[in-house]
Amino acid sequence: MSTKKKETCTIVSQEQIAGGIYSMWLQTQTIAKEAAPGQFLSVYTRDAGKILPRPISICEIDRERGRIRLVYRVTGKNTGTEQFSKLHPGIGLEVLGPLGNGFPLKEAEGKRVFLMGGGIGIPPMLQTAKELKADKKIIVGYRDELFLTEELSENGELFAATEDGSFGTHGNVMDAVRENALEADVIMACGPAPMLRAIKAYALEKQIPCWISMEERMACGIGACLGCVCKSTEIDEHSHVHNKRVCKDGPVFLSTEVEL
Amino acid sequence: MNMKVQIAGVELKNPVMTASGTFGSGQEYSEFVDLNALGAVVTKGVANVPWPGNPTPRITETYGGMLNAIGLQNPGIDVFCRRDIPFLKKYDTKIIVNVCGKTTEDYCEVVERLADEPVDMLEINISCPNVKEGGIAFGQDPKAVEAITAAVKKKARQPVIMKLSPNVADITETARAAEAGGADVLSLINTLTGMKIDINRRTFALANKTGGMSGPAIKPIAVRMVYQTAQAVKLPIIGMGGIQSAEDALEFLMAGATAVSVGTANFHNPCATIEIIEGMRQFMEDKGVKDIRTLIGAVR
Repeated sequence: MSTKKKETCTIVSQEQIAGGIYSMWLQTQTIAKEAAPGQFLSVYTRDAGKILPRPISICEIDRERGRIRLVYRVTGKNTGTEQFSKLHPGIGLEVLGPLGNGFPLKEAEGKRVFLMGGGIGIPPMLQTAKELKADKKIIVGYRDELFLTEELSENGELFAATEDGSFGTHGNVMDAVRENALEADVIMACGPAPMLRAIKAYALEKQIPCWISMEERMACGIGACLGCVCKSTEIDEHSHVHNKRVCKDGPVFLSTEVEL
Repeated sequence: MNMKVQIAGVELKNPVMTASGTFGSGQEYSEFVDLNALGAVVTKGVANVPWPGNPTPRITETYGGMLNAIGLQNPGIDVFCRRDIPFLKKYDTKIIVNVCGKTTEDYCEVVERLADEPVDMLEINISCPNVKEGGIAFGQDPKAVEAITAAVKKKARQPVIMKLSPNVADITETARAAEAGGADVLSLINTLTGMKIDINRRTFALANKTGGMSGPAIKPIAVRMVYQTAQAVKLPIIGMGGIQSAEDALEFLMAGATAVSVGTANFHNPCATIEIIEGMRQFMEDKGVKDIRTLIGAVR
């Protein structure tokens, strides 16, 4: 059915919450109704020269008021994300979504769960924490400056790590797990590849299921162009080679399904 | 008002089709686009066996365009015939299968395999800049273009479109070579070879180092090449390269293309093809154009 299309959402609020990190609420009844934790939106710039959408994970869903929160990092000068950060409330922003699969919350219900986020991989863990009914340990890693810690701590027991040691465990999320002697039955994580690699190895050693959200450069965002593939351990049933599409088959994968 | 065009005996309900590689086999885009409204769906390139494609990053944006180096990842002709053709047959649109290969034999094997399949035309990709063997290696040498066109034509049951590379000194030479080899239709342009460097990481933005450039920034080059080719050969032309609006599509028709393909614009707007068709209809209405065919090659 050809029913989906880009939607122009009104920006409800825009605020900087840490150095280079921005939080934006969008008014969108349709997306708020459909969206699930771990999914993302394709966000289009207002610059005709920047033709590709920016995939940004959903940080929070307010279904009652029909709003979606995006927390994103400005990636540099003259980038699309820098442009987003300068848009004021009231302005319309073109988006497509929700896209991707999201975290399989049922797999973790009632269990001891690690919700792990690193850097700009932290935002999707907030809505995941809000919706998941389980014994939640939220373990987040920052370079230095914290963000979203207050909201996260309202939805589970929070453990933070900083690379510079300015707050919590000195080191990364795995250091925080060890330092606090934390145990889990299931892991859900989003963050940079080295962090996901370490978490995957830990889950394998502990023999527990682990879902990770991957990132890759995208073009279409809907599974057609094959730009954003990751390596799969088995031959994938759609591609018939060892590739899965991050945008369509993911971004969330069982850690044993993919190679990092 | 007539928007129908004929290409090599195949009637399209309008001149707008998808550009190979940007639209899969239509399945993903069918959530956004009524495929019945399209002149044709041109599928992503398919080879005799599955190809894994290139390492990532495969995509990077450039101002007014993008570079891709997918490397023709595809599931192989067997899966394609079993899954993708039956899917497309559910729709009232023409099916054009893009064929890729590493050797002449590879191309011929796929073409033979498609002989009894319900597809309307074959587009032979001799111009992909992102694979080491096949692809552009065939497309830059006029003698090789003529030879592979002739070889494919011998096996093909459907009209053959040769997709030309813009990465040549004179596109009319390869166009004439394809005509001499017996091609029924030409399509152009494929992507332009480009490069982007990530200055922060001091490395190439694409794992493949180079990629094919597409998007609105390349459109004037594409229009020029369609015009030159239309003057040089008698074959019908499918024009493409940076089309993102009805106005862009009409430029290609007036330059000499009988039909057009929309590619990168789908990434900017998944409903681009439909909006372009609608915009062309509106243009015809506004300007009192009764038959779209009167616009083809209108500028000489």
